[in-house]
Amino acid sequence: MYDKTVRRRRAVLGLLVACSLILLTAYFGETGSGALHGVQRGTTEVLNPIQEGASRALKPIRDLFGWFGDTIAAKGQVEELRKERDRLRSEVIAGEIRESDYTRLSNMVELDGALGLEGKGLKTGRVIFQSPTVWYATVLVDKGSDDGVRVGHPVINEEALIGRVTEVFGGAAQVTLITDTTMKVPARAGRRGEFGIVEPSSAGNPNDLVMKFTNPGARIAIGDRVVTRGTEPEDRKQSLYPVGLPIGQVRRIENEGTDTQEIHLRPFADMRSLDFVQILTNPRGGGG
Amino acid sequence: MIAAAPQLIARLGAVGLLGVIVQTAFVSQLPIAGANADLSPLLVMAVGLMCGSLAGGSFGFGVGLFADVVSLQTLGVSSLVLLGVGYGAGRLREARDPEGTLVPVAVGAAATLAFGVGFALLQFLLGVDAPVSWALLRQLLATLVINALLALPVYALVRRSLQPALPDDPRRRRRRAYTTGGLSPLSRGAEIRR
Repeated sequence: MYDKTVRRRRAVLGLLVACSLILLTAYFGETGSGALHGVQRGTTEVLNPIQEGASRALKPIRDLFGWFGDTIAAKGQVEELRKERDRLRSEVIAGEIRESDYTRLSNMVELDGALGLEGKGLKTGRVIFQSPTVWYATVLVDKGSDDGVRVGHPVINEEALIGRVTEVFGGAAQVTLITDTTMKVPARAGRRGEFGIVEPSSAGNPNDLVMKFTNPGARIAIGDRVVTRGTEPEDRKQSLYPVGLPIGQVRRIENEGTDTQEIHLRPFADMRSLDFVQILTNPRGGGG
Repeated sequence: MIAAAPQLIARLGAVGLLGVIVQTAFVSQLPIAGANADLSPLLVMAVGLMCGSLAGGSFGFGVGLFADVVSLQTLGVSSLVLLGVGYGAGRLREARDPEGTLVPVAVGAAATLAFGVGFALLQFLLGVDAPVSWALLRQLLATLVINALLALPVYALVRRSLQPALPDDPRRRRRRAYTTGGLSPLSRGAEIRR
C-alpha cells in the first residue's frame, strides 16, 4: 500500500514536471501566433473582465494602502528634499564665498600692481579671528614667523593700509588695525603732500581717523587722499610703512589754520569686513 | 497523503483562482518598500502543508500555470517552480509533520525564497539577458520579508477555506477528544461518580 502511494506520488510529480517542461519548451519554441500563445490570449480575454471587475472592486482598498504608502513615501521625499535644499544652499553659499574671495584677491593684485608692491615680500593671509571688543581693534591672520612675518610689518587689504603686525606666532600673527587707539601712522595728504600723523579719532569708531600735527598753513582740502609718508617724522629715517600706501580720504577739517587743526578722514578699508590681507614682509624692499 | 475528493478539488480550484486574481488585480499593484508581496508561493505552501505533497505539487502546478497564463508570461516557468514548492511543503508535512504556530512563517519564507531563486534561475536559463543586480537581490529580500509577514494570515485563510473539505486529521481529532474531555481520565472519573 505504501509503495503504491509513493509510486503514485512520484508518477504524478514526474508527469507534472514533464508537463511543465513540455509547456515551457513548446511555448518558448513557437511563434507569437502559436497555439499556446493563442490559448494564453484567449484565456486572458476571458479573464480580463473578471480581473477588471476585481481590480475595480478592490480599488478602494488599494487606494487606502496606496495612501499609506504615498504618505510614507512623501515623508521620505520631504526629508530628501530638505537634504537637497540644504546641500544646494551650502553650494550657493560656497559659490558666493568663492566669488567674493576672487574679487577681493584680484583687487589686491591690482592694488599691488598699482602701488608697485611686488618686491615687498607680500604674504597673503586670511583673517582667522577678529577681536570682539571695540577696545582692541586687532585681527589674527594665518601667517606667522614661519612665513617670515615679523613685528612691525605693515598689513594691507585690497583697498588700503589696515594696520601692522604687533605679535607673531609660528603660524599666525596679530595685526593691530589703524583704528586702534595705540596706532600712529606717519602720513601725507593733498597735492603738496602735507605731513602729519594719522591716528583714530576715538576708540571703537572704525570710520573716522584723524590726521594731527599738520602745518597750520597746509593746503589740505576735503576729498584729498591721505597716504603713508614713508619716513618717520622724528629722524626722517625710512618708515616700515612704504611710501604711498592709501589710508583714507579727508572728510572734514576742524580748527582749520590753527596749530590744533585736525583733519578727519574716512579710511578706505572697511575694518569690519576684513577677509584676505597682505603682509609686507620686506617693507623697505631690497634686502629688507 | 490526502486522497483527492471532488469537494476538495473544487475548493482548491477556487482558492487558486481567487488567489491569482487577487494577486494580479490587487497585490501586484501595491508596492511595499519597493517590492510586491507574492501570494502564489504562500498559497501553494499552505496547501502543501495542509494537504500533502501530491495535492501541494498539483496545486502548485495549476496555480503556476494559471498565473503564467494571466500574466502573459512564458508558460511552464511558474508552474514548474511552484510545483516544486508545493511538493516540498507537502513532503515536509508528510515526513516531519511540524507543529507550531510559526511554522507557516518559516515555510512561507522558505517557499518565497525558493520560488524567487527558482524563477530567476529559470529566466536566466531561458536566456534572459539581465545581470544579477543589487536591486534584484534587494527586491527578492523585500518580497521575502513581506511574504513572511503575510504567511500566517494567508495560511489561516486557506485553512479556513479548505477545512470543511479536509478529512479529519488524526492529530486534530486526538487533540479535540482530549480537550473536550472525552478521553480525559479526570472527566471519566467525574462521569463515573455521577
